[in-house]
Amino acid sequence: METKKTREGRGVSEVSDERREVRPETGGAAPGGGSTLGMKIENLAAFYGSFRAVTDISMDIQANKVTALIGPSGCGKSTFIRCLNRMHEVIPGARAEGKVALGEQDIYAKNSDPVVIRRRVGMVFQKPNPFSKSIYDNVAWGAKINGFRGNVDELVERSLRQAALWDEVKDRLKESGFGLSGGQQQRLCIARTLAVEPEVILMDEPASALDPVSTQKIEDTMSELKKSYTVVIVTHNMQQAARISDYTGFFYIENMGDPGHLWEFDETEKIFSNPDRKETEDYVTGRFG
Amino acid sequence: MAQGTQVKKRGEGTEGPQFKANMSARYGLDRVFSVVVTLAALVGIVVLAVLLVDVTRDGSSMLSANFLTSFPSQIFPENGGIYPALVGSLWLLGLTFLISVPLGLGAAVYLEEYAEDTRINRLIEINISNLAGVPSIIYGLLGLGIFVQLLAPITGGGSVLSGALTLSLLILPVIIVATREALRAIPRAIREGGYALGATKWEVIRSHLLPMALPGALTGMILALSRAIGEAAPLLVVGVALYQTYATSGPLDGYMALPTQIYDWISRPQQIFQDSAAAGIVVVMVVLLVANSVAILLRNRFQRSS
Repeated sequence: METKKTREGRGVSEVSDERREVRPETGGAAPGGGSTLGMKIENLAAFYGSFRAVTDISMDIQANKVTALIGPSGCGKSTFIRCLNRMHEVIPGARAEGKVALGEQDIYAKNSDPVVIRRRVGMVFQKPNPFSKSIYDNVAWGAKINGFRGNVDELVERSLRQAALWDEVKDRLKESGFGLSGGQQQRLCIARTLAVEPEVILMDEPASALDPVSTQKIEDTMSELKKSYTVVIVTHNMQQAARISDYTGFFYIENMGDPGHLWEFDETEKIFSNPDRKETEDYVTGRFG
Repeated sequence: MAQGTQVKKRGEGTEGPQFKANMSARYGLDRVFSVVVTLAALVGIVVLAVLLVDVTRDGSSMLSANFLTSFPSQIFPENGGIYPALVGSLWLLGLTFLISVPLGLGAAVYLEEYAEDTRINRLIEINISNLAGVPSIIYGLLGLGIFVQLLAPITGGGSVLSGALTLSLLILPVIIVATREALRAIPRAIREGGYALGATKWEVIRSHLLPMALPGALTGMILALSRAIGEAAPLLVVGVALYQTYATSGPLDGYMALPTQIYDWISRPQQIFQDSAAAGIVVVMVVLLVANSVAILLRNRFQRSS
């Protein structure tokens, strides 16, 4: 009993040490008291079997900012974002090369545990994928398996509030998550991601399957989220990228069958008003793609 | 403009230079086909109903509470019953369930969730599908060699445990195939959703995949167990008793079984044994119906809660 306590105690202090170390260099404490880790990607390449899907990607993802990834279909945005929490390798035959740092830690280092990384870098998928459980359990499950020892009721309420879903579901927490509308399901998935208290949240076209009203709600949520989290979002909706993001990366493929590149990466304002490269300008002004 | 003409052409109606709708012939074919499929369904149902009615009529003279609670008798067959066979079959059913369900679930989870796509695993997969079609007597011979003879110190030779193990072998392929189908039907997004929260593989399997696969897997198990309880051939090989003076009370006991009891009766010429066999068949049917209903109730409860 005694040893266990000490070990866990040390584990907690290690995490907070790390945050303390990283905070000043990645830019300021969050108002919500959440994490402020950014990510640094160097020469990342991702493969499906022998096919090189994306290559040579280097970018800095700033803490407490929203970074949007745009570009034509099939140019590797989703593949890339899945490399940021080691979800890419879940697909049989898929692997990634290069360096992805979360704060100071290389998530592809030998001593990095993908299960731990995925709790710290959460992910919301393109299609809402609630679990076949009650609304309450959808949110609570991730926290429970990760050894959450606080008040679960409070955690569920807080997460659902952050995801702007609480008012709509507070009277039916015990009902199945499948009974919600598509937009509500997606916000449920956001709430469930928030409940494990990640440091970075990855969103892979979270609103592409939703109607405009639900999209609006999710966008509203996002501007709240960046106060406490670092957010990376893949989107096909250029207005959405312009509205919600601070930084924008444009992914592009020159020839069919080539790997995707990060063509241009800059502050959102610059990408949408005065990009350096012609392809970027053509894309954001809707001339192709 | 070109588009406009196209649209107009398409909307011109069912008759025109390009189309001959011929609705009466198409609807005629529709009706013919619906009659054919209805007949196909009726054949099965009617034959089954006739069989049931006939058997119940033949067995009605023997069917009574006494029939269920008595030992079979050659001297006073009219007072004989099916008690030890019924108890033996229930033991077989229970033990087979306990053995085959965890093994089947485990094998299916391994093959569907853990196995890499290697040559050996593909070979295993093909073999499992083929095993589902092997005649049951072959499993009986396998059971005789392994459970009754080789493992006699553990199974007690021709015990009800050996019988249940043999029946488990027989139905494992069916359970595995059904469970795999159920697992495969779960979208990958559910697994990814779990992993993305920092769950291990086992946590995802336990909390999401198994509960979601269970209703489908149970359907396969129901079918498989129904088949097992009706099997006579493999049991005859692995040492089922055609007569014993006690009812099975432990896994290492000897046992009688309903299908072999029916087989024994039906091979005797006297009318009274024929009637006993008919009554026995009714008992088997009722046991099957009850077992299936319980399983279906269970399945529905899982479906509701998930």
